[in-house]
Amino acid sequence: MKFVLRYSPWTIFAIAAVFFLMPLFSTAEFSLSIRRGVYSLDAYESVFLDPEFAASFFYSLIIAVLTIIFGTIIVVPMAYYVRLRLQWLRPVVEIFVMLPMVVPPIVLVFGYLRLFSSSSVLPLADSSAGASILLICGCTTLSLPYLYRTIDTGLQTIDVQTLTDAAGILGARPFATIRLVIFPNILPSVMAGAFLTFAVVMGEFVIASLLTRPAFGTYIQKIGMSKAYEPAALTILSFAITWGALAMMNVMTRFSRRAG
Amino acid sequence: MKPQSTHGKPGASGIRAGLTGTSSLKSIDWPALLATAPFFMFAIVMMVMPTAALLATAFVDKQGGFTLANFAEIVTPEVADAFMASAKISAVTAVLGTVLGLVLALTVGRRMTSQKVKAAVMSFCGVASHFSGIPLAFAFIATLGRLGLVTVFLRKAFGIDIYAAGFELASFSGLTLTYLFFQVPIAFTIIMPAVDRLSTQTREAAEMLGATATQYWRFVGLPILWPTILGALALLFANAFGGVATAYALTGTAVNVIPILLYAQIRGDVLHNEQLGAVLALLMVFVMTVTISLYLMLRVRSERWMK
Repeated sequence: MKFVLRYSPWTIFAIAAVFFLMPLFSTAEFSLSIRRGVYSLDAYESVFLDPEFAASFFYSLIIAVLTIIFGTIIVVPMAYYVRLRLQWLRPVVEIFVMLPMVVPPIVLVFGYLRLFSSSSVLPLADSSAGASILLICGCTTLSLPYLYRTIDTGLQTIDVQTLTDAAGILGARPFATIRLVIFPNILPSVMAGAFLTFAVVMGEFVIASLLTRPAFGTYIQKIGMSKAYEPAALTILSFAITWGALAMMNVMTRFSRRAG
Repeated sequence: MKPQSTHGKPGASGIRAGLTGTSSLKSIDWPALLATAPFFMFAIVMMVMPTAALLATAFVDKQGGFTLANFAEIVTPEVADAFMASAKISAVTAVLGTVLGLVLALTVGRRMTSQKVKAAVMSFCGVASHFSGIPLAFAFIATLGRLGLVTVFLRKAFGIDIYAAGFELASFSGLTLTYLFFQVPIAFTIIMPAVDRLSTQTREAAEMLGATATQYWRFVGLPILWPTILGALALLFANAFGGVATAYALTGTAVNVIPILLYAQIRGDVLHNEQLGAVLALLMVFVMTVTISLYLMLRVRSERWMK
């Protein structure tokens, strides 16, 4: 019995490798060739010395951390109770969690600008603090599917009912049960979701751009308009962030499976 | 959150709360519902309301009355072109992405025995499927732009000038190639588990019964794989249809697709034609709803084969 298609698997593999690695290689090469004839790290130096780089990077970092905290606070108790006592709510939750896939970021932010404009009851889009809150909400929405999925999977691997009963018998209030018993037990899953959220927020462009927030994504775009080699350096940096965050997510996922 | 309940009084209420968990099927479970309230409040105020408010404006005229005229007004050559371009790029990258993702999954999953290669490809695809937007566009400019490494290499080494031959990164073909950088990995990530499920046993069983390779794929392989393949197709279509950043960074507004049109509309003059934006948004949400629902339905079907 032989295959109908005859090809060397390594040929396919090599073609794929060239297609996927070439852009990374080219960008790396480009980012190093700011000086004629020699490779140097000057483009990176120029990026790191730009105060706007540090400002936008830390701004996005803070937004990412706040998004993760906020997302965890709203998702963990919900996912816990849905699993424990509110099974009938699950279909509703599934629909809400799928909404961010159906409503693209551009439509969401358009809706924010409309609903929270200067003429509305809650003119969040008017002030920079308000716009940052909207950005956190937008990022939370984007990461909701990932966050819910990882947290729910985490809850699946532990015995929620027994842990809750044990904590209850020992006198823990529901809030204490979630905070001191459930949360530590699903921490690796929460962290896995958190790292994925981190990758998403650090690369986010559309929402930040339309809310005119000084985020990392909008900074990269701005530099791309005015400079040649620095964008390549930023691209490598951005790929490294995504890579690092997803690698950490994999570590956490493995860790949560072992715990479960 | 303040750490206060560590020294809180463990009392009757705690035990009662623990016990209600096992005996409250009849009455409405208010404490549990209250704990889910922040989530639902967020979902309604920050997701449903903004979207609904925006989409509702598509049905409102300038005086605030109900109208369907906006939909007639929107059918301008510009919007029609953008819609066609969006549909075309989504369809082409979805089909190519799914086919190439399938080929890659079959190659890695069935033709190559190395678990290390498979693990490496899978983790690379995990990263690549999240690597889109502005940085991806820059990476392709550094590769296939006018001064890109590959462009220059082809010209110097082989005398092939791809730009003289009609290639342009800021065009349909360039955009397609760039989109494939994340579309193929997404397809691979979806299809790979299904290919894993096509265990060697099914193949051996088919061979034992005298099936040819064609018969095997016709009656065993494809029936197991097709819901996954179609699901990947739908998800990839939606993914390409809703994305802005990659196209925007690569082409500016040279390639006229719906999300870019909408971006320009919001960026430039929202108030200029408020209804136009709302109708565009409604159009996008409609297409996304159809394709994502299709994907979810097909995913349920494909999971039938999972144990």
